[in-house]
Amino acid sequence: MRSPAAFRPPLRRRFGPWLWTTVTWVVTAVFFFPVLWMALTAFKTEADAYTTSPTVVFSPTLEQFRAVFAEGVGPYLGNSALAAGASTAVVLLLATPAAYALSIRPVRRWRDVLFFFLSTKMLPVVAAIIPVYLAARGLGALDSIGTLIVLYTAMNLPVAVWMLRSFFLEIPREVLEAARVDGATTRQEVMWVLLPMVAPGLAATALICVIFSWNEFFLALNLTSVRSATMPVFLVGFITSEGLYWARLAAAATLACLPVLLMGWLAQRQLARGLSMGAVK
Amino acid sequence: MAVGALPPAGPTATAGPLPARRPPRRAGWRRRWPLAPALLWLVVLTQLPFVFTVLFSFQSRNLLRPGAERWVGLANYANVFTDTVFRAALLTEIELTVLAVAIAMALGTALALLLDRRFPGRGVARTLLISPFLVMPAVAGLLWKTAMFDPVFGLVNVAASWAGVQGTDFTSRFPVASVVTVLVWQWTPFMMLIVLAGLRSQPADTLEAARVDGAGPWATFRWITLPYLRRYIELGVLLGVIHLVNTFDVIYMMTQGGPGTRTTNLPYYIYQRAFLGFDVGQSSALGVVTVAGTLVAAALALRLLFTAFTGVRAGDR
Repeated sequence: MRSPAAFRPPLRRRFGPWLWTTVTWVVTAVFFFPVLWMALTAFKTEADAYTTSPTVVFSPTLEQFRAVFAEGVGPYLGNSALAAGASTAVVLLLATPAAYALSIRPVRRWRDVLFFFLSTKMLPVVAAIIPVYLAARGLGALDSIGTLIVLYTAMNLPVAVWMLRSFFLEIPREVLEAARVDGATTRQEVMWVLLPMVAPGLAATALICVIFSWNEFFLALNLTSVRSATMPVFLVGFITSEGLYWARLAAAATLACLPVLLMGWLAQRQLARGLSMGAVK
Repeated sequence: MAVGALPPAGPTATAGPLPARRPPRRAGWRRRWPLAPALLWLVVLTQLPFVFTVLFSFQSRNLLRPGAERWVGLANYANVFTDTVFRAALLTEIELTVLAVAIAMALGTALALLLDRRFPGRGVARTLLISPFLVMPAVAGLLWKTAMFDPVFGLVNVAASWAGVQGTDFTSRFPVASVVTVLVWQWTPFMMLIVLAGLRSQPADTLEAARVDGAGPWATFRWITLPYLRRYIELGVLLGVIHLVNTFDVIYMMTQGGPGTRTTNLPYYIYQRAFLGFDVGQSSALGVVTVAGTLVAAALALRLLFTAFTGVRAGDR
């Protein structure tokens, strides 16, 4: 494959890769910058944050985080964690058998059922919010974490079913057949063969569900008020501050984003799959 | 449906359902019961409320006047279609969704191509790039409104002042562009991930064959990669549309639908009518119209893309 001695790649070939790498890094910096700036500002004093020439060098302080906790952000974070965690647990409990019945031992019209799940995601939440609100009011379930858990479960269930099904389909058929030949009952097959094999899939699905419910705002805004308001509702108080509390806002926003950022970074290999309901890997 | 059409999710994937020997009736039920709880949960919490929304949409019903409900036939719908704010909200809805999805997809595809090369720190770049999508949408709205677009100390204004432009109040002077910027910032990483997954799954031998046949990078992209990516792009657009027609958080945090009603989209308008105006009948009719619109939009998005891509294919021959 050796070219004549005088062969040298054209300039474009040699510098092209470096050019594109530079472009990539510049774009990456632009996209990431707002997140970075938010995190930096959280460690500033209001005086450092509210300046017309951005302060890059400053002595970091935890003052803002202390202030946010003094304002009572704790219960909001707790409510968010409870709503996200509990709804995800219920989702997995409901979605795993459903995904099983749509993949390993499929029901007769599994295709229709699968598309029913998908179609509920196409229903805008505004189309259901009024009856849901009235029902919650009638049952005395306004401003209750339980209501959010029930609704977040419904919100994430279709995603989880589709995603888990795609993991179930990856289990080689031979493994299941071997288990059956060895005389495993359905229960044994599920407990000792299937569940261990989809464990990474269950974890990835759980992360996606936690991310979506942690970030949910519309239902939390309309169905909670004082006792069970979640983190995004806490941030509503900053809308009209006109920058007066920018550093404090940055601290609260950083607290609100940090858990999901960490989980998303950890789960990034599975992120595309989760976001596409298992359609791409 | 695009989602079902992708190979990994389709019925032909690795394991596939076990051969469907027609099960006897009892075995049929044994197969069905694992589905029951999930289906019941969804029917009760999504379909049932929607049925009530449809019922309410034929009623005059206001939370401030309990006990005064009465059936009014199509009056709420008549009001919807003569309501100028609704028409404006519908246009805003289309404007926001189309702009955000189109720009995010174009940028996302470009970024995916950039990330599909080997270069130092690729993993780090990818991690940083997905971050905007993970930021809580409510935070994204506040963050851009405060840190980026603030007329006094917003960083976009700082950058603009280097160019000699001072103190622009972006969110009130360019409200739609401001909201679209935030949506694009959040959704570009999503599109990037979907397209990147497509690029990764591209068979290497096809690309190799194209190279051997003397195709340059551009020709390879235009005639091999892009057609291959088609269904990934379709999937990204479809999922983007489904999510972005529900845009609420960013608008609520950033512009509150204003100035005036300039950035009021359908979800925000329904929210206002229902939870600030307490007009259940009217907002239910709006909700029903929105659902119909969403279904049409999702179908249309698919159809348009399909035509666009078949156009490309026709030029090929």
